[in-house]
Amino acid sequence: MQKRATFRNLWLASAFIAPQLLLVFVFFYWPTAQAAYWAVTLEPAFGGGNQFVGLENFRAVFADANYWASVGASLLFAVGCTAVAVGAALVLALFADRGLRGHRLYRFTFFLPYAVPAAAVGLTFRFIFSPDAGLLAGINHVVPGLWNPALDGNDAFVLVLLGQSWKMIGYNFVFLLAALQNLPRTTIEAAAMDGAGVLRRMWDLQVPLLTPTLFFLLMVNITDSFVDSFALIDVTTHGGPARATMLMVYKIYLDGFESKDYSLAAAQSMVLMALIIGLTVIQFRVVERRVHYR
Amino acid sequence: MIERTPLVNLLTHLVLVGGLLVLLLPVYVVVVAASHDLVAVNQVPMPLLPGHHLWENLAVAWQKGNFRNVMLTSVIVAGLVAAGKVGLSAISAYSIVYFDYRLRMVFFWIIFATLMLPLEVRIVPTYAVAANALEPFQALFDLSGLSVTLPRWNLLNSYSGLVLPLVATATGTFLYRQFFMTIPDELAEAAKMDGAGAFRFFKDVILPLSVTNMAALGTIMFVYAWNQYLWPLLVVTDQNYATASMELGRLVPSAYGEAPVWNTAMAGTLIVMAPPLAVVVVLQRWFVRGLVAVEK
Repeated sequence: MQKRATFRNLWLASAFIAPQLLLVFVFFYWPTAQAAYWAVTLEPAFGGGNQFVGLENFRAVFADANYWASVGASLLFAVGCTAVAVGAALVLALFADRGLRGHRLYRFTFFLPYAVPAAAVGLTFRFIFSPDAGLLAGINHVVPGLWNPALDGNDAFVLVLLGQSWKMIGYNFVFLLAALQNLPRTTIEAAAMDGAGVLRRMWDLQVPLLTPTLFFLLMVNITDSFVDSFALIDVTTHGGPARATMLMVYKIYLDGFESKDYSLAAAQSMVLMALIIGLTVIQFRVVERRVHYR
Repeated sequence: MIERTPLVNLLTHLVLVGGLLVLLLPVYVVVVAASHDLVAVNQVPMPLLPGHHLWENLAVAWQKGNFRNVMLTSVIVAGLVAAGKVGLSAISAYSIVYFDYRLRMVFFWIIFATLMLPLEVRIVPTYAVAANALEPFQALFDLSGLSVTLPRWNLLNSYSGLVLPLVATATGTFLYRQFFMTIPDELAEAAKMDGAGAFRFFKDVILPLSVTNMAALGTIMFVYAWNQYLWPLLVVTDQNYATASMELGRLVPSAYGEAPVWNTAMAGTLIVMAPPLAVVVVLQRWFVRGLVAVEK
């Protein structure tokens, strides 16, 4: 992990590292420390310094049924998006990897959705799934009132879930295809010689060999669904109807910026942060192990 | 490998074409909806072929969303983020990899650990910092008992505010570090033997070698910055600094109001998604390479 030939010019070394360290301190560590501070203090209603209240804010957060509802929604959202986005990308990558006619076109187009801004994804899906125009509105002509994301929580949830998944399929596809192409051809050919058909080889050979990549994508997709869903929710459902799509990030935003309750928002931030740190640590432990095996 | 598997081949084509249709359908719907007049776009079922009003809808959306200013701001911000990131991470990774000092690995972990603290999570306090970027230092001075009074440096409604927090992330530093580790040691040894100093080696050897990585990172960061939504929404209250993505949210009434004017809304969506899509289509090779490399 260390270069054999290094330089000793410490002035240059410090000058080169200083800008990033300063930025990281100002925009990452200071705000994080601030959030931790706010999470254990309360600002008095009539001015004055913050008062230390210990875990009171966390207690208030955990006692709130709305909070647990948002945790539940976030988890369901994470599981749903990850299943759809990783599953669909896996099927597409396995088939695209066969290299039949046109596979270059697929490689080129499948990841394009990832470049679309989340706000644009949100607006697009809002139109496609809107109850009185767009693609799905036809259902309401057959069975009136069957589909309405503005009134029905489940419909709204499906809408944001599909939007987020659509965006991530392309991302997952890139990684899975790259991993598939790195698999040893000889193993696959040996299996073919033994009479394993295409589908059997996919299921019994390629998918198991992909587990490290799949696991990595699992973690990335879960984290992304926690964090990156903000724009999607903000242009589609605003957390509604009746809090059905109130994910944790969106609730933090509302509590912090609409209700101006920094302490409550900070306590929730700390919980979400712990979740994300946990996921990242798990991910790195597994990735580390994979690197050692090679 | 040559196999005769006509049935599975058929299945393969069906799955891939199906996937292609599903993945491109939303974009196609946007184009179709953006090309009809208001009556046609609100028909149920919606028209499946593009109409003839694309340009006038684009023009209306362009006007309504103030896209002339907004697109310019977005291009500037995304360009600055990409350039800043490419430069900043190159030098900090160089410092971490090619110098021998005790805090090297500490600095690496300090930078690296920020990957676990996405902006959305620490959004409220980061906003507070943006109101005065020198406040952390002021607080440190106050703590240490020094009576220094720093000026305020307000980042709200400024390019620095839009750009700096996005430049601070660790992805680029990590990418460069991985790359620098693969550069053979002999290069640095030869350079030292020839009497080149650290800066000379960086300028004449490392930078030319890194061009590919820079292109990859630049592409990704441009798209990443362009697609930012939450941060611009917070730091910008002055319309002069609005970015394209956040403007899109304002182009339509909220979810529970009246239905949006869909044809112009979709035209706006098209305008906003076009630049990142174009960048990715043209620079596809760099984008994919960078994406895979950053996460390795």
